[in-house]
Amino acid sequence: MITGRNIDVAFGRKAILRGVDVDVPFGKLVALCGPNGAGKSTLLSALVGDVPTAGGDIRYGGIDLRRMDAAELSRRRAVLEQTPTLSAAFSVAEVVRLSVPIEYAPAETEALVAKIIAQLGLTRFTDTPVPDLSGGQRHRAHLARVLAQLTANRSLFGPGYLFLDEPTASLDVLHQIEVMRTARRMARSGAGVLVVLHDLNLAAAFADSICLMRDGEVACSGTVGEVFTAKNLSEVYATPISVQKTNGGPLMILPDYHTAA
Amino acid sequence: MALAESPHRRQWVLGRQQTVFAGLICAVLVIALAEIAIGPVPLSLPQILEAVSGKADPMPTAIVTQIRAPRMVLGLGIGLSLAICGAVLQGLLRNPLADPGLIGISGGASAAVVVVIVLGDLFIGEIPAAFRPYLLPIAAFFGALLVTALILGLSKKDGEMSVGRLILVGVAINSIAGAGIGFLTYISTDTQLRDLTFWSMGSLAKSGWLAVLVAVAIMGVSSLALLRFTRALDLFQLGERAAFHSGLDVMRIKFTACGICALAVGAGVSIAGPIGFIGLVAPHIARMLVGGAHRVLLPASALTGAVLLLGADLIVRNVAPPQELPIGLATSLIGGPFFLYLLLRTRKL
Repeated sequence: MITGRNIDVAFGRKAILRGVDVDVPFGKLVALCGPNGAGKSTLLSALVGDVPTAGGDIRYGGIDLRRMDAAELSRRRAVLEQTPTLSAAFSVAEVVRLSVPIEYAPAETEALVAKIIAQLGLTRFTDTPVPDLSGGQRHRAHLARVLAQLTANRSLFGPGYLFLDEPTASLDVLHQIEVMRTARRMARSGAGVLVVLHDLNLAAAFADSICLMRDGEVACSGTVGEVFTAKNLSEVYATPISVQKTNGGPLMILPDYHTAA
Repeated sequence: MALAESPHRRQWVLGRQQTVFAGLICAVLVIALAEIAIGPVPLSLPQILEAVSGKADPMPTAIVTQIRAPRMVLGLGIGLSLAICGAVLQGLLRNPLADPGLIGISGGASAAVVVVIVLGDLFIGEIPAAFRPYLLPIAAFFGALLVTALILGLSKKDGEMSVGRLILVGVAINSIAGAGIGFLTYISTDTQLRDLTFWSMGSLAKSGWLAVLVAVAIMGVSSLALLRFTRALDLFQLGERAAFHSGLDVMRIKFTACGICALAVGAGVSIAGPIGFIGLVAPHIARMLVGGAHRVLLPASALTGAVLLLGADLIVRNVAPPQELPIGLATSLIGGPFFLYLLLRTRKL
């Protein structure tokens, strides 16, 4: 499990995160939600080792994050950035192969790459240069790369963590659902998954627990039912939001469009 | 269907790459031979073979072994290493316009070399005789290294390398280096002035075997060392952050690779002057031929660079014999318009 305790992050004199506590257990999908500027992406960046913390403690299964180098970290976690980029005209297969660790058997790499490309529905684009794909397809190609890294490392070093920063932002509804299903499948297969999400309904439908942030702090955290109440959400987002329970299905989160400020 | 097609496509790509490499190797061999055969005194293949085996008359033997062969070896070394450095810098900086000359690395090396040429008399006596042949490459290396460190430090914007800043930093550094070179040229003697003028336009002419072998050894070892970075360079295409997420120690790789480039460029500049645009043009041609994967791009760039540089030297030596134009003029004549073409094609700077 990743445990983050009392995390502070500051850019210059400006405090971005203040005393944040967060856990990412193996086998669970944690959704990080909150309004713009709440510090969600910064918290993800701190947890994956991109930005240094000004205070607090982040541990991967008891090991201090600061004691791990880039190679060690890459064996334990895979990260999909909010806007992944690519400067070369690599094909989908080449991109997916990129993050597979060199320790992974070359003979098995091709099968792994093909399997993950198929999972993400990109099989017919296997040899297509990624820059020629649509925005959503490009995003899925990068997701496939990240999943290949996580899957290969799992077979070599055991389960790891998957971090997704707004993975559904550029996708249509069908692909949003497919990406979240994939994230949940990774969690069910043993990975700890943390997803930054703006879509509260997707979070309600797929997350095992929610961490709701506001102004660089955790406003509340817990199960979907505990966190996603009309009171909590209306306060954090500073706009009226209602929560409806469906018959056996996920909660439905509905902003009140007419009385919103 | 696509999965079934994929291995066929890979085979086709592999076959194409093999053909391209075979073609490039043949082109290097042919142009290297032409570099020895063609000149004010044309030599046939049997004459060259006789000269190499020591059975020819003194004059053809001297032309081959003392003039054209060291020149060809130097051209080969500089072409290979400038092109491979260009490909590495373009990959590291994710910038198609990176070239050791354009971003100021050659300028830094040049300034250091000019300091040694003009002011060397003041301190050459203090240096042990055994080290003197290495003085120019060492000075050029440190000049290139200093500029590389400045470029890496000054081109960052919000933690990422900015293409626009990189080019502008290169302009500024070239301008500062130019001012220093100008001042030293101004205070130089007539003999130094003539040397500097021809050196600054680039030339393979002053290539005795000792200096050539020292420079080519440095360039060869550096180029081989750069071939170890192919996977890292592929990962850099995802951006520095994603490369870090995939396990790369980004800063260490960037500084090591740039340091090796500085060494290779410094060695070339110290003996042949700043030869521009090979590092820019060769990787672009290679990319069109074999694609962007660095394990094939780096060797293909190296071979292309050797063909271009030896080709340019062949032209400048034979366009108005016995006069010889500086090779920098030929490479700039081809490279300048190519750079403009790339600038116009690059939408975001």
